[in-house]
Parts: sequence; structure tokens; C-alpha cells
Amino acid sequence: MKQTHHFRAKNIVAGYEKKIIINDVSLEIPPNEISVIIGANGSGKSTLLKTLARLIKPVSGEITLDGKQISKIPPKQLARVLGLLPQSPVVPEGISVADLVGRGRFPHQSLFASWTNKDYEAVAEAMDIMDITYFANHNIDELSGGQRQRVWIAMALAQQTDILFLDEPTTFLDITYQVEILDLLTDLNKRYGTTIVMVLHDINLSARYADKMFALYQGRLVAEGSPSQVITETMIKGIFGLHCSVVKDPVSGSPSVVPIGRYHVK
Amino acid sequence: MKNKSMEFIKEGIKKRRQRWILVTGILTVLACIFSCMMLLLGNTIYPLQDVIRALYGEKIPGVSFAVTTLRLPRMLAGLFAGFAFGVAGHTFQTMLRNPLANPNVIGITAGSSAAAVFCIVILHTSNAVVSIASVIAGLLTVLIIYILSRGSSFSIGRLILVGIGIQAMLNAAISYILLVGAEQDIPAALRWLSGSLNGSQMEELPSLIISVIIFSPVIILLGKRLSMLELGEQAATSLGVHTDKTRIALIVSSVIIIAVATATTGPIAFVAFLAGPIAKRLVGVGLSNIIPAGLVGVNLVLASDLIGQFAFDVRYPVGIITGLLGAPYLIYLLIRMNRKGDL
Repeated sequence: MKQTHHFRAKNIVAGYEKKIIINDVSLEIPPNEISVIIGANGSGKSTLLKTLARLIKPVSGEITLDGKQISKIPPKQLARVLGLLPQSPVVPEGISVADLVGRGRFPHQSLFASWTNKDYEAVAEAMDIMDITYFANHNIDELSGGQRQRVWIAMALAQQTDILFLDEPTTFLDITYQVEILDLLTDLNKRYGTTIVMVLHDINLSARYADKMFALYQGRLVAEGSPSQVITETMIKGIFGLHCSVVKDPVSGSPSVVPIGRYHVK
Repeated sequence: MKNKSMEFIKEGIKKRRQRWILVTGILTVLACIFSCMMLLLGNTIYPLQDVIRALYGEKIPGVSFAVTTLRLPRMLAGLFAGFAFGVAGHTFQTMLRNPLANPNVIGITAGSSAAAVFCIVILHTSNAVVSIASVIAGLLTVLIIYILSRGSSFSIGRLILVGIGIQAMLNAAISYILLVGAEQDIPAALRWLSGSLNGSQMEELPSLIISVIIFSPVIILLGKRLSMLELGEQAATSLGVHTDKTRIALIVSSVIIIAVATATTGPIAFVAFLAGPIAKRLVGVGLSNIIPAGLVGVNLVLASDLIGQFAFDVRYPVGIITGLLGAPYLIYLLIRMNRKGDL
């Protein structure tokens, strides 16, 4: 079972060069739950995730893990607690699946030692969960988009962190794979209590899989809470500028957004 | 289930590791054979026992001079410079995830050469100053390329193009210095422009050997971090790598060994460029290829020098032979990258 951690961000302001993208955001990540950050294109959700995962240094404000500033925790030590799957990691040409997943073990390995049994165990477990063991010795170039995404998630799992951040893990995937990936992440959360924080594009899938949602509008946190608190007609109008009708998802019972455009409205 | 998977994964990794050991072993044996040939072959072929006795310091008329003054320094210069070119080239290519991102192609070697030629022809400084100046100039060139190619976001394609531009400018500067320089300084300066093992002297070797012995292990120890950098900035950071510090350490170590190697043998064309990709072909990608790349560099230099010395009626410097090998590969690579849209 994963440990419970308190991950907090207080008044963070962040961005690239001189452009401020995230403006005074404070939040607390609920431990051992699945959180989803939503918002329109350019609202800063990806920037927020990257700032939380220490890829971007905030201009001001502080981010703490169990009360300690993350910028002051040695990177390798932090990498054993907090993992991030970037939106577009780079595939080294010609690498085998097992070797790539094995790179997730880096924070657990010392300068000289080669693989220990624990490393093999973690890699095997991650690959079993993601159901890619069969491909272990295949070249990653031979896999489909959905399979590759499972390999990347397996790499993040092999890192064995208590908290896992994912930046749009379902983008560019067919709907079948999107659901499959979200199911696998939910397995992880239910089975091990892994705290998951992700940016997702699809509001309805977000509402279905999230325990807690954070909504961003122009770099500010405008709503947080359970899906039924965040996904309302007025909120969607405010966050996305979209007229919609919110109905009950017939399968999950979670709120579901039905957009209203200028055409095809009865 | 888990144990079975573990065995399956272990087996694959073990296989790849065995391949690494096999390839590294063969490359080492080849390097030894070429080194011996460098000592044995020449205008006169001396018997093996005479060569060995000469190496142990026994004075044998004719043999001692040929072996210890001509052939041994030539062999050692090729050996260490080849290793340095291979290791440094592979480091840049892996770090920047592009086979074109190479000290020879993006102007780092040209930066070292320009500084060295300037010191020799204009300032008339000692050899030590020339070496130091060339290392500093190499590092400065990296810095300039980095600053010029930074833009709003970091792009490797832009960095390579800026580097090629800088190289052209530096080459123009070198040509100008040679044009205005005094005639007696030109031969020493020319050493910096094309790779050759001719005239390698024992006195020049210690700085090369020492820097390779100190800085190659630094790069090898950073090998694991280098493979993390290959996954991209964000993935590397979230796996706990200090990306900036790692990159600086790798760049400084690589530039030092490549500048010192260039000071001894001149820029031996395409060795730094070819060694990494050849090693990758032989070993695969999963494991660190730094040592195999260094060994491929050694073999390329020694074999090319042997070919240059003995395969034709005229003796060609090693750089001409490696150039003949490397140029077609560069063209092939450019065509392939253009098709893939990587450029």
C-alpha cells in the first residue's frame, strides 16, 4: 500500500520567461485519490501540472510535500515519491520495451550498481499491470500508439512513487484506449492507493474517473470539488464559455456535459 | 505470473548485456591487433622480438628509433585520440538526440582550431597555452551556439543550424589567420586543420593521455544520467536527474578531451561523427554505449591510418581515409532526416 502524503501548493505564480500563466493558485492534492485538472486550451493546466511536478520553477509561492519545500528535497529522493509522465516524452530510437521501462528505476539505483532483484521485480510488476510483458524484448518502434502509452505509464510505475502525475495521458488515443488507460490508472489507485493527478481533455471522462476536480480559467483556480460540484451548466459556461446541458451519465451516474451549439438543437 | 514475467524480462536483459560484452570484447581485441600492427609495420618490418625488446628500452640500432620514436607515439596518439573522439562524439549525439549534433559538425572543433591557430601564428605561444586556449575556445563556442540558438524555446534543429553557421565563420577566420601569418608558423598551424598522425611526438602525449584517463571515466560514470537525458528534459527531471548540472559536466568533459585530442592529431574527420552510430548498430540502445563508441573510435583511427600508410602507393594522412568513410554516411543521414522531417 502506498504511503499517504500531504502535497500542497500555496499562492503559486508561474509561467515561461516573462509571461505569467499560473496566477496565485493554492491547492491541496487529496492523498490516495484521483484528481483531474480541467480547463480550456491555454488555461494553464499543463503549466500547473509541470510546476507542481517541479519541471517549472514558480516565480513565487511554495509547493510542499509533507511540509517540506519540494525545491529543497534532493531530486533523486523526490523522484522516489513523486513521478510524472510528460505529455510527449522522447523515445530513444531502437530501444527495447523492457529497457525503457527499466529506466524508471533510476531514482532507486546507485551510481555503480547494476540491476538488483528489486529492480527486476518492479519492472515485471509494472509491465504486468500495463499488460505489456509480452512485448518486453520488442523494439518500441514496433508498437502502436496505445501500446506505447502503456509502456510509458509502465516506466512511471516502475519508479514506484506514491504520487503519480500524468500530463494528458489519453491524448491522441482512440476512445477504446482512452478508457483502457483510465481503467488501468484506477486499478492502480484502488489496488495500491497511488495518488493520481492528471490533466485530461475530455470533461465527461474526467467527471467519470475523478474523485476530485480542479478547474482552471485563465491561470486561476476557479472551482474545485467533486465532479458533481464542479460540472454544472454555469461552471462550464464560466470555464469553457460553452452553453451546455448537464445530464446524468447513464452508465456511471456522474455528471455529463452535452454541448449546445448553434445547429442541431431541438 | 510475476515470477514468470521476471524471468522473461531478465532473460532479455541478460541477452542484451551478453551482446554488449561480446561486442566490447571484439572491439578491444581488434584495437589490440591494430595497435600491434602499428608497431610492427613500416618501411622496414622488424621481427616481433626486436620490437618488444625495443619497447622495453633496449637499444637496437635502427629498430629503437623506428619503434619508440616514430611508431609508438603514432600508435598511442591514434589510440587515445580515437577513444576521445568516439566518446565525446557519442556524448553530444546522445545528449542532443541527434547524430548531426556533433562537435565536428556544429563547430566546437573549429572553435578550438581557430584559437589554436591564432595562438600559434599570431601570438607565438607555447604548446601548453595553445592547448588551454583551445579547450577554452571550445567551451566558449558551445556557449555562443547555445545562446544564439536559445530563442523562445530550446530547439535542437536550430542549435545544429546555428552551429554549422558558426563553423563556417570560424573556418573563414582560420583561413584569414593562415593568410596573414608568417610562413614558418604555417606547418604547426596546419596540424590543427586536418587530421594526421604523422609527426606525433612522445612529448605531446602526456596531456592527451592524462585528460582521457581523467575525463572519460567522468563521462562513463554519468552514462546512466546521459541515458535519462535521452528521454527528454521533462522525463529526466521527473526521474530525479539534475539535468543542468549533468549536461554541463558532460559538455565540459567532452570538450576537454576532444580539444586536447585535436591538439595532438588535428581533427580526424568524421571519427566523432561515426563512432556513436556504429556502436549503436553493434550493441543496441538499451545499455550505455560510451565505451563501445570509444573503442569504435580507436579502431576507426588505427585502421584508417594503417590503410592510409600502406594500402596505396602514396601515403595518405588518416583524416583523408576517415573522410572518405564518413562523407557518404553524412549524406545518407541528411537525406534520411530530411525525409523524416527531422531537419
